[in-house]
Amino acid sequence: MSLHDLSVAELARQLKTKDVSAVEAARHFLARATAHDDLGAWLARDEEVTLAQARNADERIAKGDTAPLLGVPIAHKDIFVTRDFPSTAGSKMLEGYRSPFDATVVRKLAEAGMVSLGKLNCDEFAMGSSNENSAFHPVKNPWDATRIPGGSSGGSAVAVSARLAPAATGTDTGGSIRQPASFCGITGIKPTYGRASRYGMIAYASSLDQAGPMARSAEDCALLLSAMCGPDPDRDSTSLDVPAEDFGRSLGASLEGLRIGVPREFFAEGVAPDVRAAIDSALQQLEKLGARRVEISLPRTELSIPVYYIIAPAEASSNLSRFDGVKFGHRAKQYGDLLDMYKKSRAEGFGEEVKRRIMTGTYVLSHGYYDAYYLQAQKIRRMIADDFQRAFKECDVIAGPAAPTVAWKLGGHGGDPLADYLADIFTLPGSLAGLPGMSVPVGFGEGGMPVGLQLLGNYFQESRLLNVAHRFQQATDFHAKKPEGLQ
Amino acid sequence: MSKLVQGWEVVIGFETHAQLSTRSKIFSRSPTDFGAEPNTQASPVDLALPGTLPVMNKGAVERAIAFGLAVGSKIAPHSIFARKNYFYPDLPKGYQISQYEIPVVQGGAVEFYVGDDKMSVRLVRAHLEEDAGKSLHEDFVGQSGIDLNRAGTPLLEIVTEPDMRSTEEAVAYAKELHKIVTWIGICDGNMQEGSFRCDANVSVRRPGGPLGTRREIKNLNSFRFMQQAIDYEIRWQIGELEDGRAIEQATVLFDPDTGETRAMRTKEDAADYRYFPDPDLPPLVVAPEWVEQVRAGMPELPRAMAARFVQQYGLPEYDATTLTQSPAMAAYFESAAKACGQPKLASNWVMGEVSRRLNAQEIGIEQAPVQAVTLGALIGRIADGTISNNAGRQVFEALWSGEGSDVDAVIEAKGLKQMSDTGELEKILDDILAANADNVAQFKAGKDKAFNALVGQAMKATKGKANPQTVNDLLRKKLAG
Repeated sequence: MSLHDLSVAELARQLKTKDVSAVEAARHFLARATAHDDLGAWLARDEEVTLAQARNADERIAKGDTAPLLGVPIAHKDIFVTRDFPSTAGSKMLEGYRSPFDATVVRKLAEAGMVSLGKLNCDEFAMGSSNENSAFHPVKNPWDATRIPGGSSGGSAVAVSARLAPAATGTDTGGSIRQPASFCGITGIKPTYGRASRYGMIAYASSLDQAGPMARSAEDCALLLSAMCGPDPDRDSTSLDVPAEDFGRSLGASLEGLRIGVPREFFAEGVAPDVRAAIDSALQQLEKLGARRVEISLPRTELSIPVYYIIAPAEASSNLSRFDGVKFGHRAKQYGDLLDMYKKSRAEGFGEEVKRRIMTGTYVLSHGYYDAYYLQAQKIRRMIADDFQRAFKECDVIAGPAAPTVAWKLGGHGGDPLADYLADIFTLPGSLAGLPGMSVPVGFGEGGMPVGLQLLGNYFQESRLLNVAHRFQQATDFHAKKPEGLQ
Repeated sequence: MSKLVQGWEVVIGFETHAQLSTRSKIFSRSPTDFGAEPNTQASPVDLALPGTLPVMNKGAVERAIAFGLAVGSKIAPHSIFARKNYFYPDLPKGYQISQYEIPVVQGGAVEFYVGDDKMSVRLVRAHLEEDAGKSLHEDFVGQSGIDLNRAGTPLLEIVTEPDMRSTEEAVAYAKELHKIVTWIGICDGNMQEGSFRCDANVSVRRPGGPLGTRREIKNLNSFRFMQQAIDYEIRWQIGELEDGRAIEQATVLFDPDTGETRAMRTKEDAADYRYFPDPDLPPLVVAPEWVEQVRAGMPELPRAMAARFVQQYGLPEYDATTLTQSPAMAAYFESAAKACGQPKLASNWVMGEVSRRLNAQEIGIEQAPVQAVTLGALIGRIADGTISNNAGRQVFEALWSGEGSDVDAVIEAKGLKQMSDTGELEKILDDILAANADNVAQFKAGKDKAFNALVGQAMKATKGKANPQTVNDLLRKKLAG
């Protein structure tokens, strides 16, 4: 088995036993990344930086350091700021920007011994579902290079799926970990809002943004998530005062008697037959493992689209005000007065979708519209969260498709933002409620494209979700499938 | 009482920004010291670098709570930070974090005297917010510099109802507020450095009529300018109205050079700040225990202390109010009073000799060269008849100029002790009576003036060391005999 086919857990073990060195592993993945640069997954790599980190990991190993992920390579979504690589958020606005500090998640993974391979492409400021909103270049799905990888963590999903990295970090605001994981046939989890520090994540929608790992198996995700989470009270006021935990502790527990809630609304019209079929057989598989299906209802599922596309842009319009050309980021070369400098710098620096959301957000917060849009959306958001609490009285986890279809063709939505927004329908409700959610590969649909099963749990039920996924993966091999033709 | 100006009633409300005396900023750990090199006290959070987030400084909240307790406000158990969105180069995030709909301090009142009239100005609220940076337009040709040292400095914005009816009341309110915030130590009160900035909303109306359109005078940073600016503004508004022109709502600045106010922006320029709750900051929760903890750590407030001085020391209201101008002065008085057991005498000395010298030297009472207990000892020596009042002033002068620090030693060294040996005094008096037969005769003929002349002779002969009362008594006895 090649190095790049090893799981994070196995690679960590081999590093510990010195069957492979961190430098060897780093070189191997850097070479693969270069060989597959055509996929467009990367925004920044720096061999010297990576190898220096790898050498450091080897030294730690030699000294008998037992950090759990020592020497294992990882790559970071370019939403996380890093000292050692540029941090752009996929935007021209931040082209070449260097942060003087590392995001907390990046720092924690480094402390756990991980070696950074570089930064991964994403939709600009994490706004998008196809990764076509990257200001630099699109990302191709390794299962079919004419298709999108999903977004906004498209680069992360592709890097893992194409085995350019054993694991990657992602961020999920409205489904940006789960949807690309589903489209690329990998496993990804977004923890309960507040579990992972947002410090150093370039903010899109503060009340929704959450970091999480993307890897090939639930077991790997559990390892990574354990290293990523934990309170960060001195840097992020929304980080929860909940101690870090070992999310892998219940892996392998029986699913006997587990109640799986299947929301009626997740199987309504609009779910493609191929996706429905794959999800159905996955649910049957879970039943075989001892789980019981319970039909539930999340009546406001459809409303989650307008609610999300009011709240997220509102927060974004304010979060992105700091990009004004004054202190950092792009400034227009030619301008008249101050106002002209602002206008030109922002017009040149931001892409179309970002501008659209800034305008939407500015509008819904404006005097005279605030009550009708923003406030109303907040009320419905609370009702959506309440719907979940009702549902969790009847079930232990909720399962359904991560997306209504498999990955579509590059340019397939013809630049219609609404088509992209509608495709977020199944991931948005969990995001709005702040619940943990994940996507697990459960089969293939149209064009041989992967289908992901979304699992949603109640607050702090990450380890339960991971166990359900793990038991499924022990019984199946969808997660081990490689995109065809990939060397 | 008529406070009308040319038949117009003046209506004034205040918004005051008190910079809170925390060591670090409201949402970051950068220091708040004044006067550092530009941008040396700005952390990634203050610069709003991508990925940074605000974390509330507990000390700022505690100071807000202390203020609320000092003015009898409600401390909100739950308050919300909002974002006020606007673009300006010295506002790094493109929004200011401020409390909007639900502030931490709600209601309350500031009470004070204007002359003999007791005033109460109601407070609407006091809320926490961050300061912006500074734009430096003078230092660079054709460019503006930005200094973000001040960005993120904690402010408490204190908002009143439009309860003031004259410049005099407005300035008295501002002075009282200044006294409160410095007294409880939440603000250093340095107006020149901008630690205490007042905005005055001024309008005029016909008595009983609806409120007039107000203009807001921004950033009044001395009490003198405050008085000049409001006076000017009142005259200007009345002039406009009497000439048939309407007042346009505006923000104005006071120019100390011309003594005039001038409009900076009008209502048409009013921005839509798109306030919304800051998703980076959870609601600020203040538990009752926290409030009690802050209350327990608070000093006695000036009004309570003045009332106690009246009650405990039998001081007149005027003395009590004057002595509670600052905690240091009050403490000085109290230890002097306790040291001598003569509160009224101590009050006279502190308000008289001590204050006079402090003012002349422009120093605070903390720097007074005579310790309060030393003053107490001196007063004790006057009270027990050891020295005369006059001699007391000489001793004080000596102590103040550093000639000595022990009262008795100075009295001894200067030979100021009053004559207590009546035998010696009687002998001197007998000599004087013998040498001034004409005065004796005059006194006996009913001329009181002649008696005074004899006392004067006696004091002269004893070089002031005789107790005047004793001289008096002895002389009368001898003359009667």
